[in-house]
Amino acid sequence: MRFTDPVKISYRNLVANKFRSFLTILGIVIGVGSVIVIMAIGGSAQSLILSQISGIGSNLVGVLPGASDEKDPPAQALGIIITTLTYDDFLSLVDKKNVPSVETGAAYAQGTQTVSHQDNDFSLAIMGVTHDYINVESVEVAEGRFFSLEDDGSLSRIVVLGANVKEDLFGQDNALGKKIKIKNENFTVIGILKKKGSAGFGVASPDDSVIVPLKTAQKIILGINHLSFLRLKIKSIDEISNAKEDIVITLRERHNIKNSKDDDFSVRDIASALDTITNVTNVLKYFLLAVGSISLLVGGVGIMNIMLISVNQRIREVGLRKAVGAKNGTIMTQFLIESVTITLIGGIIGIILGVLIAFLISIIIINIFGYDWKFIVSWQSIAVATTVSILIGLIFGLYPARKASHISPMEALRYE
Amino acid sequence: MNLSSLIQIKNLSKTYENEGVATPAVCSVSFAIEKGEFVSIMGPSGSGKSTLMQMLGFLDRPTDGEYLFEEKNTEGFSDDELAEIRNSKVGFVFQTFNLLPRTTVFENVELPLLYDKKFFEDNTQKVLQALRSVGMEHRKDYFSNQLSGGERQRVAIARALVNDPSVIFVDEPTGNLDSKSGTQVMKILQKLNDEGKTIILVTHETFTAEHGKRIIKMVDGAIVFDELIANRRIATDGELLK
Repeated sequence: MRFTDPVKISYRNLVANKFRSFLTILGIVIGVGSVIVIMAIGGSAQSLILSQISGIGSNLVGVLPGASDEKDPPAQALGIIITTLTYDDFLSLVDKKNVPSVETGAAYAQGTQTVSHQDNDFSLAIMGVTHDYINVESVEVAEGRFFSLEDDGSLSRIVVLGANVKEDLFGQDNALGKKIKIKNENFTVIGILKKKGSAGFGVASPDDSVIVPLKTAQKIILGINHLSFLRLKIKSIDEISNAKEDIVITLRERHNIKNSKDDDFSVRDIASALDTITNVTNVLKYFLLAVGSISLLVGGVGIMNIMLISVNQRIREVGLRKAVGAKNGTIMTQFLIESVTITLIGGIIGIILGVLIAFLISIIIINIFGYDWKFIVSWQSIAVATTVSILIGLIFGLYPARKASHISPMEALRYE
Repeated sequence: MNLSSLIQIKNLSKTYENEGVATPAVCSVSFAIEKGEFVSIMGPSGSGKSTLMQMLGFLDRPTDGEYLFEEKNTEGFSDDELAEIRNSKVGFVFQTFNLLPRTTVFENVELPLLYDKKFFEDNTQKVLQALRSVGMEHRKDYFSNQLSGGERQRVAIARALVNDPSVIFVDEPTGNLDSKSGTQVMKILQKLNDEGKTIILVTHETFTAEHGKRIIKMVDGAIVFDELIANRRIATDGELLK
């Protein structure tokens, strides 16, 4: 028996029952297509999230007030205000005598305040920072200048605007040198930041922040003495774990802590946060994949149904084939090849449609939402979809094929 | 009884069991058929003639008795061995033609060759030769559903011939045909027999049966008559059926 024979037969059967074939294949097309789309969007979303987060810098170590476990959210995120972290703590941590691997760092005091320009009021994120903020966050100044070392200790009423904030307040107009009001105090705009695009990790993105010198934020706007958090830039990723130890030792000494369970601060690095997020997005991806697999399963049951109908309709054909010498195994192979041909055709159409839909979605996301979305279709997902299509044909074709192989050759003699 | 007979059966019986009720279809039948014979098995419906043909053609197994085919006892043959015998030694012609739809004449005739052991052999000459002997070579690229009844039956005969079988079983070949096509089919069968093919014909019509050389009549599963025909009918174009 030639291999091409059953392929030719199944092709003719498909063409002869066009609408039924279309419905049969549709189940597999939808199943495979949705798996491809889910894998593609999942992959793109994961890469977007990771690139946004790594945009913050993976060699950063954050120090937060209050104790917390690596796995749990920091106390601050739960709305608890802890005042244990101070500007002096920050100064001792950027000191290379205490933390040799530190490159630079920034201290932050953040809050929300009403910001007005002319008659427009906005409720915006106020970020009080030290002068090296732009190096720590890897942002660039588009116009004007950023704060200098001298500004750190002063109470100057100067402000640097994030790119989005500038648009909100001034639109296309020039903002440099203009005055805005924060909590009814006049501030002079001395600089505007370049758009960064990435998300703020636990804090507002620089694009959406109104940035003032640290002391100004603490004393004039927020009325606090502590820091919201601080970030240290470490020379290289390899030194992060050493740096974290140095930070812990320095802070314990400063805060007179003898026992680790009494820690009133937490040290976190983005590299390990990235791992956590990758795990979370993987779980999401596989969950969606499982949902897609259910539609494949339903498609497979459809194939089995159609193959059973086909076997019943072709009892006489099978009887005849056996009468002229086809063995049970040959008939079984023929029907298996037929069902695999159907699922493979469905799978290929599904892959093409899935890739097209994923491509359209990425175009929509790029053009409408403006994300830096990458169109990713991995060869693994195509290989998996193809394999799964073949497997579904084999698994769901097996029972009908077995049934066909057991048809007696005498059926060819039974008159209708 | 000649030991070198093509077909030799001894006390062959078939009983169908249905929900505990045993229905005998063929009861202890014995005969021998030699190479080159043209035997008509006759009988009313329910006489067991079809069951007998199914057993002789290896489509079904007897429940009792002995069946020697080409001097070999066929008892205990596996399903696959029976399939091989059907493929290489036996040809079938059915009342309802049983051609594959949406398939060309050529491919229909080629079908038995697809199941034999010589996988990749070029079958073209064998198929054309078989089609030539039934006068259907000019229709080889037609689809089976484009043919008339008589043409379909001739294609079916070509299919039965293509493996050069030892015996051709013909089951009510003219049952679904008009008399002119029926005559043509009988003419081809007689020509094949003249060329040396053994033919076993099953029919309930005396007229069709009389085209054979020997008639076996069955009633209620047993043979009631088994004789050579003195004046056999020769199918001619002018002949009127019935």
